[in-house]
Amino acid sequence: MRREVPLFITAIVGASFVIQYFIPHPPFNNLSDWFSDWFSIIQACAIILGALNLMKISFLKVKDKKPDWVYAAVIIVSFLFITIIGLSEGEEFRLPGTKFDWIYNFIFIPLSATMFSILAFFVASASYRAFRARNFEATLLLIAAFFVMLGRVPIGDLLVWFMPEGYQLSNLASWVMNVPQAAGQRAIMIGIGLGIVSTSLRVILGIERSHIGGGE
Amino acid sequence: MSFKQLRIFKYFSFIIFGLIIINSSFVIAQDDVDSTALEVVDSLTLELQPQPATNVVAKDTPNDEGGSIIVSWDLSADDHAGGKVTQYKVFRAMVIDGEVGEYQQVGENTAGAVSYQDGNVDNDFQYVYKVQVVNSFYDENAELKEFFSESKISEPVSSSPQWFRMYTINTLIGVALLCFFIIFYINQASKGKDLFIRKLAGMEAVHEAVGRATEMGRKIFYVSGLGDMDNMQTIASMTILGRVSELAAEYDTYLDVPVCRSLVMVTAKEVVKEAYSKAGRPDSFKEDQVHYITDDQFGYAAAVDGMFVREKPATIFFMGQFFAESLILAETGNSIGAIQIAGTAMPSQLPFFVAACDYTLIGEELFAASSYLSKEPKLLGSLKGQDIGKGVILVALIIGMLLETFNIWNFSSLFSVIN
Repeated sequence: MRREVPLFITAIVGASFVIQYFIPHPPFNNLSDWFSDWFSIIQACAIILGALNLMKISFLKVKDKKPDWVYAAVIIVSFLFITIIGLSEGEEFRLPGTKFDWIYNFIFIPLSATMFSILAFFVASASYRAFRARNFEATLLLIAAFFVMLGRVPIGDLLVWFMPEGYQLSNLASWVMNVPQAAGQRAIMIGIGLGIVSTSLRVILGIERSHIGGGE
Repeated sequence: MSFKQLRIFKYFSFIIFGLIIINSSFVIAQDDVDSTALEVVDSLTLELQPQPATNVVAKDTPNDEGGSIIVSWDLSADDHAGGKVTQYKVFRAMVIDGEVGEYQQVGENTAGAVSYQDGNVDNDFQYVYKVQVVNSFYDENAELKEFFSESKISEPVSSSPQWFRMYTINTLIGVALLCFFIIFYINQASKGKDLFIRKLAGMEAVHEAVGRATEMGRKIFYVSGLGDMDNMQTIASMTILGRVSELAAEYDTYLDVPVCRSLVMVTAKEVVKEAYSKAGRPDSFKEDQVHYITDDQFGYAAAVDGMFVREKPATIFFMGQFFAESLILAETGNSIGAIQIAGTAMPSQLPFFVAACDYTLIGEELFAASSYLSKEPKLLGSLKGQDIGKGVILVALIIGMLLETFNIWNFSSLFSVIN
């Protein structure tokens, strides 16, 4: 039963999503919405599990003085602090001007923005590695990237001022992005589509079971 | 009555009579003015009133779940550039026992439009429609003036749900064909037929990567991305996690799975626990191996990055749906010298993983990885079926390219998909 019930639910829900795409007639048209609502309800309830898990692991880390337990302590303090502030402000905790809103705008958003900003430096280091002309393919990538980047900035067209209209670097960059790049990306998308169909079928038919722990 | 009184009465009568005559003349004159004004107004109305819309037809919207009627009409003769039409108003009335009820405006459309979809009807009733052609403008006193004409009433119509979306027929054929290939090859594989599957470098390296972590005595990190359990990439990721955790259990190497969705945590915990049992090491499984961090994208990236830097894992797997955090995670992993195997079906994140990781499963390879690792004939059969489907698409692409290039036939129309 521990295997059969999840497999049965998976098959029913998966098949209903496929059927509703082809059959608009009730009750099939409402099935996917119905199951999506159920997913949202389960998801909302599961957040409690997540929060409890986070707290439990952090408390144990602090209690046992495991390595880097200080970070766990920061998690506990931050979690309790924001929870208490939010609860103390009642239903209006998300309105502008509340303490919760202040913490969100002046602590949470700058921290997120900081993490996002680090991306710029990582892009530079990753590009440096990717664009090293180690072999023929990498050299092609380097040349294409050079022209695309140059074509994306105004100086690119200024450098080739002698070229006729339509043959500027910006046109070359657009061509690279719209033709070879788009073709490659579409090939990947076709593969992804086929992979999704194949995996869905395996899951719906119960052939693929490792997501529920595997086994026969 | 005396003579004097009679004379006074006579003069008074004259005065009264004169006043009556004058007043009558004034009234007649006034009437003349009013009728002239009316004629002017009528001619103005005629001049500003647009021609009505013709041929108003109401039909049940095809390929839908009911509750919708499409009203179409032929443009008013005055609907052209510089014409008198500013908009079309659509009116609807319910028909009960042959009696037409009160008309209510249900929608409007701009000049030049020839149809309107009324999506607020009841399947159990009949409706009739009429279209009002409107010419509206503001006069010199900034007052809104509206002149309109109405069309004839449409035939009664009712909406109903359909049993099949006809425009999805090509998708149905495509999916059915693909499913046929997959099921056919699963059957072939079940019968013991040997199937050739090309090597996936990323998956070939899994044993090596887990072995490396064992030799170095360090952790393995498995990052399943930002997707929840309703995402196919996360499901594929969970299937790979099952295989990886089985290997980790066999090698007795600690596997750390930080997740950012509660449902993924519950699923991943079950998957890892089962894999440890399957590997014969249920005691090695620890509850806090799979742990929730946060739903926030960059909060998750920051926490995982911190763990990478502090704990310096030997091997990191990135499998699932990733967004901007992909490079933040992969570059940090690269900086600590971990062997990294990534897989995602997000085309925009693939270049980052290719640049920062040792092996990358590109798109479909993510979905094939679990089958590849398991070596189970049934699962490998599905991969073969998928490859045959890809072959069919390749042939269709070549035929399509040739036919479209030489403009022989509109081949691509066979593959148009309407959502």
